[in-house]
Amino acid sequence: MQRLPEGRRPAHPLPVRIMHWVGAAAIITMMLSGWAIYNASPSLPFTFPRSVTLGGWLAAGIAWHISAMWVLFADGLCYVGYGFFSGHFRRDIRPVGVRALARDLGAAFTFRLSHRLGHYNAVQRLLYAGVILALCIQVATGLAIWKPVQLGWLAGLFGGYPVARGIHLAMMLGIAGFLVLHLALVAFFPRTLVSMVAPLDAEERR
Amino acid sequence: MTRDPAAKPADLAPELARLGRRGLLRRGLTLGSLALLTGCGDLSTHSGIDAALWAMLRFDDRVQAALFSRTRLAETYPASRVTKPFRFNAYYPVWEVRPVPDNWRLAVAGRVTEKASWSLARLRALPQQGQITRHICIEGWSQIGQWSGVPLHLFLRRIGADLRARYVAFRCFDGYSTSIDMASALHPQTILALDFDWHPLTPEWGAPVRLRIPVKLGFKSAKNLQSIEVTNRYPGGYWEKQGYDWFSGV
Repeated sequence: MQRLPEGRRPAHPLPVRIMHWVGAAAIITMMLSGWAIYNASPSLPFTFPRSVTLGGWLAAGIAWHISAMWVLFADGLCYVGYGFFSGHFRRDIRPVGVRALARDLGAAFTFRLSHRLGHYNAVQRLLYAGVILALCIQVATGLAIWKPVQLGWLAGLFGGYPVARGIHLAMMLGIAGFLVLHLALVAFFPRTLVSMVAPLDAEERR
Repeated sequence: MTRDPAAKPADLAPELARLGRRGLLRRGLTLGSLALLTGCGDLSTHSGIDAALWAMLRFDDRVQAALFSRTRLAETYPASRVTKPFRFNAYYPVWEVRPVPDNWRLAVAGRVTEKASWSLARLRALPQQGQITRHICIEGWSQIGQWSGVPLHLFLRRIGADLRARYVAFRCFDGYSTSIDMASALHPQTILALDFDWHPLTPEWGAPVRLRIPVKLGFKSAKNLQSIEVTNRYPGGYWEKQGYDWFSGV
């Protein structure tokens, strides 16, 4: 844990802030370019408006997708390594008990859930753990449908190429759902946005 | 295969829309602003973003070549898994399929010692090999089909090809073209298919000879072959020059 003088600590250590924004850029790039790829052969009864896709057509969508892939891969590796070794996962992300979750969910739905900068409540832990898991599955299924022969074992793990492609799409929808919720919560607590940019102090219990 | 002229405008609409958008795009770029918002980054311009994307595609080609194994085989399936009906796919609609030209022969060119062209009968006389494999389109859909024909490695040896050359290029009499790396050309499942679904190829499935290469995306399996060239000069291809990544291995 990063310590400032007088025992203070930032709500989000600098590595987390950097990896958050690099990852956010990579994920949004991959999602919007993924929509351009999806549009070439939609497996659900809708397509994405071309104006919101990145690349606008299949080949350019793929070019964006495989470019951002390296950024997400590097950022994700750094984050997972950091998460384990710094204690960030254990301290901040690891979901807590069902009872704490029920309490915090109840508070959240009645708009009474308090938010202290630098502390993760049970709802946040569940959401962040969930989206990290979804991103890991997204990378694995992405590799499986990129190389279903060379990485045939990976495609086989997901039930073959068509199933892996379906899971990749489902995870995208899940991550998109997370983003909507995440942005809504940031809108409720705008100071969390500041704390992900500047080294705001963590709020201790008063 | 019925010729339906009424279908033509509808079939061309997406392509026309894309070309129109590209025109808009270029005008947008001359304004020199809001590059991303005007759609720059679609591989059609000379902008820095497009140059960077092309560079990433070349990098991706090198990674894919490194991942490629000469011996790892694509999964094969029992006959019961063959997709019916099989989906037609080309850069044109099915009613534009060309018949096989009279006196068709397969030409060979480039770094080969035997440059005589091949009749279909002579190709049929070579050893044949069948496969039931998954055809995976770059668009994402896939289907399982049965093909059989002459293993390409065997054909390349028969024509005295320089097996250390970098590329094998395919030209088709329907105007299509593509190219592959030599390692993939020599893969045991890469064949010059003469039959599809246990019957001689018909024009819409690539008659009289097509490439069938299950270790690459579907657009590499060129139909209606006219010539094969072994070369060290990058040959590109119909889709590759528009932005489909060249290696496109699976």
